[in-house]
Amino acid sequence: MKYETTIGLEIHVQLQTRTKMFCSCALGFGEEPNTRTCPVCLALPGALPVANAEAIHFGLLIGLALGCDLNPLSKFDRKQYFYPDSPKGYQISQNEEPLCSGGELGGVRIHRVHLEEDAAKTIHSGGGGGRILSSANSVVDFNRGGTPLCEIVTEPDITSAEQAGDFLRLLRTTMRRIGVSDVNMEEGSLRCDANISIRPSGQAQLGVKTELKNMNSFRFIERGIRAEVARQEGLLRAGQPVVQETLHFDPRTERLTSMRSKEEAHDYRYFPEPDLTPVSITAEMLERARAALPELPAARAGRFEQELGLHPDTARLLAWRAELGDYYEEALATGAEPVPLANWTTNELVQRLGADADPATSNVRPAALGVLVTLVTQKKITAAAAKTVLDKLVAEGGDPTAIVETENLAAMGGADELAPVVAAALEAQPAIAERIKNGDPKPMGAIIGAVMKETKGRADGKEVTRLVREQLGL
Amino acid sequence: MTAELIALSAKAAADAISAGELDRAEYFAAYRARSAADELNAYVWISEEGGARAAPVSGELGGVPLAVKDLFCTEGVPSQAGSKILEGYRPPYTATVVEQLTAAGTVLLGKTNQDEFAMGSSNENSAYGPVLNPWDRTRVPGGSSGGSAAAVAAGLAPWALGTDTGGSIRQPAALCGIVGLKPTYGSVSRYGMIAFASSLDQAGPLARDVTDAALLYRHMAGRDPRDATSVAHPEELVLPSAQDLAGLRLGVPEDLTGEGVEPGVMAAFEAALAQAEALGATVERVALPHADYGLSAYYVLAPAECSSNLSRFDGVRYGLRTPADDLTAMYTQTRHDGFGPEVKRRVMLGTYVLSSGFYDAYYASAQKVRTLIAEDFARAFERVDFLVTPTSPGVAFELGALTGDPLAMYLNDYFTVPMSLAGVPAISLPCGLSDGLPVGLQLAGPAFSENRLLDAAHALEAAFGFDGAAVRA
Amino acid sequence: MIDREQVLHVARLARLELTEEETERMSEELSKVLGHIEKIGELDLAQVEPTSHVVAVDVALRPDEPHRSLPRDVALAPAPDVADGGFRVPSPQA
Repeated sequence: MKYETTIGLEIHVQLQTRTKMFCSCALGFGEEPNTRTCPVCLALPGALPVANAEAIHFGLLIGLALGCDLNPLSKFDRKQYFYPDSPKGYQISQNEEPLCSGGELGGVRIHRVHLEEDAAKTIHSGGGGGRILSSANSVVDFNRGGTPLCEIVTEPDITSAEQAGDFLRLLRTTMRRIGVSDVNMEEGSLRCDANISIRPSGQAQLGVKTELKNMNSFRFIERGIRAEVARQEGLLRAGQPVVQETLHFDPRTERLTSMRSKEEAHDYRYFPEPDLTPVSITAEMLERARAALPELPAARAGRFEQELGLHPDTARLLAWRAELGDYYEEALATGAEPVPLANWTTNELVQRLGADADPATSNVRPAALGVLVTLVTQKKITAAAAKTVLDKLVAEGGDPTAIVETENLAAMGGADELAPVVAAALEAQPAIAERIKNGDPKPMGAIIGAVMKETKGRADGKEVTRLVREQLGL
Repeated sequence: MTAELIALSAKAAADAISAGELDRAEYFAAYRARSAADELNAYVWISEEGGARAAPVSGELGGVPLAVKDLFCTEGVPSQAGSKILEGYRPPYTATVVEQLTAAGTVLLGKTNQDEFAMGSSNENSAYGPVLNPWDRTRVPGGSSGGSAAAVAAGLAPWALGTDTGGSIRQPAALCGIVGLKPTYGSVSRYGMIAFASSLDQAGPLARDVTDAALLYRHMAGRDPRDATSVAHPEELVLPSAQDLAGLRLGVPEDLTGEGVEPGVMAAFEAALAQAEALGATVERVALPHADYGLSAYYVLAPAECSSNLSRFDGVRYGLRTPADDLTAMYTQTRHDGFGPEVKRRVMLGTYVLSSGFYDAYYASAQKVRTLIAEDFARAFERVDFLVTPTSPGVAFELGALTGDPLAMYLNDYFTVPMSLAGVPAISLPCGLSDGLPVGLQLAGPAFSENRLLDAAHALEAAFGFDGAAVRA
Repeated sequence: MIDREQVLHVARLARLELTEEETERMSEELSKVLGHIEKIGELDLAQVEPTSHVVAVDVALRPDEPHRSLPRDVALAPAPDVADGGFRVPSPQA
């Protein structure tokens, strides 16, 4: 039996405002614990929240970027649970009336987008080592508590771990593009939960789902989903049911553990937050968000494809990785031909810098790459020589034209310069010359190789072939 | 000499200080000495001697001492909200309204006793002991602002800050024979007020007369950027001056009077209505068809919000902690030990009505009743200028009389809760005595009608000629 | 109407320990108050909008401008147990 996988994602993005969601404390970036707190985010008695206008603005930007319906009157609710990282005993979130609903990104439908506040950090410390009893303790740091979060919930449209990873990468680019978050998973500014179920192919009803909690890297998410899908398949094949539960994936051991605790099922006792009035979206707020919205990756990919004639895969690669796309467009400004430049950017450059590197921080200035590609397309240098130049640019930067000059890498002018080299090669390998003369084209490569070696790759292969045939009288 | 100082109204004292006729340090010292000798348990903390020196010299209220209900946060000064769970807690910041009043020139005289987290109608729910009614020390002062009301009535403070959620300013004002104003919801900042029920809580003045109440309120009101639910009062607040009620229409809600009201209270109320007519008002009956459901809605909404607001008392960041080896035990034992019986009851009730499966039946329904009540008030105010009721169904009751019967205690709020639900302003002023104990008249107006409401109360006050001087002796 | 089991369930949600005697009394007292609250059931509320904010307020948002935070010693001063610059609590699963 074959199974189909159904995945829905819940993504939390930390917004890059200056201050917290409901108080004026600056956001924390690794300061000493509890140095970014105030009566509001410590939930001192009597303190009241006031929503951050910029966080609402960022929420609207996200809504617009994901093509959501913006709720003209959204509301905050209290989501109640006791935990040391939740100082009020409730989290201010949006339940009944989220900021945005609907929408779509990269073929995945968006269910809703809402704003809330991040929890504080609980640092678990081991036994105290005290004389009497060393029960384990935790220490709470409220610096992160109250950081604005945007929760994005997708519809269960995703059918594989790879698609989930692709979606998240596109989401990350989109968030960066609109400037609402640095979306650094390792630092926790993007966190993801996945709801996963499988069902026999063709069955209409969805299977029982499990929730994979709090994964914080793209690789872990894909691996976690794969592991969970395999686990569910194993259960079903063995005739056992999948139990609805929350799971934790340990990327080191690849193990999934149930997070079910002895506590009774969550009862969040939501009710409207009486300390905050509903957020109505004014025309000014909407106008400001619209004006701040840059070109989004999907639109950019379309433009690359249609206006520049790039292959769809290349266009997508450049648009999905905004930093690569930005680099490409800057290089394009030198007048380089779009298609070869795109190929050089996504292949040769990325290969040399590493898949995740931001080329803007490399030694290769975008204009240098543009000039280099133009040298190739104008046949001033060969592709092989250009690769040598690129190596040098990656290592030490500089101007490609100057490198071609000093390294003497310019393409050999023509027959006059090349003919003696070809003649010498044929002379050095008479047996091969004989075979070619007798109509066997296979050893041609050996001659070309010898010429290339002699000319440090500056010779044009086609021209070498023509000269060989000419000199052998073919 | 002290007697003369204590006899001054707060406004008279402020004027005398401004005119250079009264030494503010001497005035403060007189009140401080009386407060230090407090036998009513009205105070839980009294300022240092010479506290007046710290006050700014300028400001309309130039140096008049102020008693502040315990639940207002005052930087470095105990702010315990009448609860054991906050015993000794000294906040690092000051409530906006206290800041405003300090800027206007008042000097903090002391923190007053109250029902724990403002939950109660008798002040018997304080972790710091009950407050005695200065009119009869075997009786309660009302609650939850019982300490503030008793202090003002007994001449232990010229005036005081209280808070009103379902009657917590008006009812103790009535039972202690003073004036108490619950302003329009949102007109006074709640920032720094330890919350009971956020959508209902409102700070207001308790004062010896209507003019003092108006003067204090004028400096309390204002939009506060730290309280998202606060609003700027649309009118400039002025001191009352009316001498009559010519042309005013008073409405007696037929659905709110009648059963359960003590005969002596009813008699005083009817006499007050007759005096209002003598001052030129017309009195008619109006319908508030849903007011009778007010208490039911209130005892869903207020406990629900309280159960949530009190979740922060968890033994982690401040206040009491009962040590335990695991987190859940630490929470449950701390909260068991730190909260008194009434608070536990309301936390339980509020948690229950919000718990899974009950929200629609209780919380959502109560919010709808709130809508109906607000509409009732809006309709009534199309016909009449103000609504009038007794403030409380009875006079001050004996200590311990109702502590065994929570529901009977809750019925004390019968007349005051509907105005809280509707968010409209209401004032209680003493209109007479019943068996030697004060009776309060409640006057309620549309949202932001404080100027007119205080004016009408001012005219009535003169007509009633209520004299509370005896209990200040 | 609210029995012992429900009282205990609610007490767990509210993180409130109750003694045996408190549990009994709570069941009785809450039942009585809930009986009074049932009065709401007499009303037909199907067409009524709920009110959560009784006075209309313009959107009250805060500009994104940082203010000074509390000094750490002030933040930690009222805490019952402090360690490593933080608020120490027993671990959730001790």
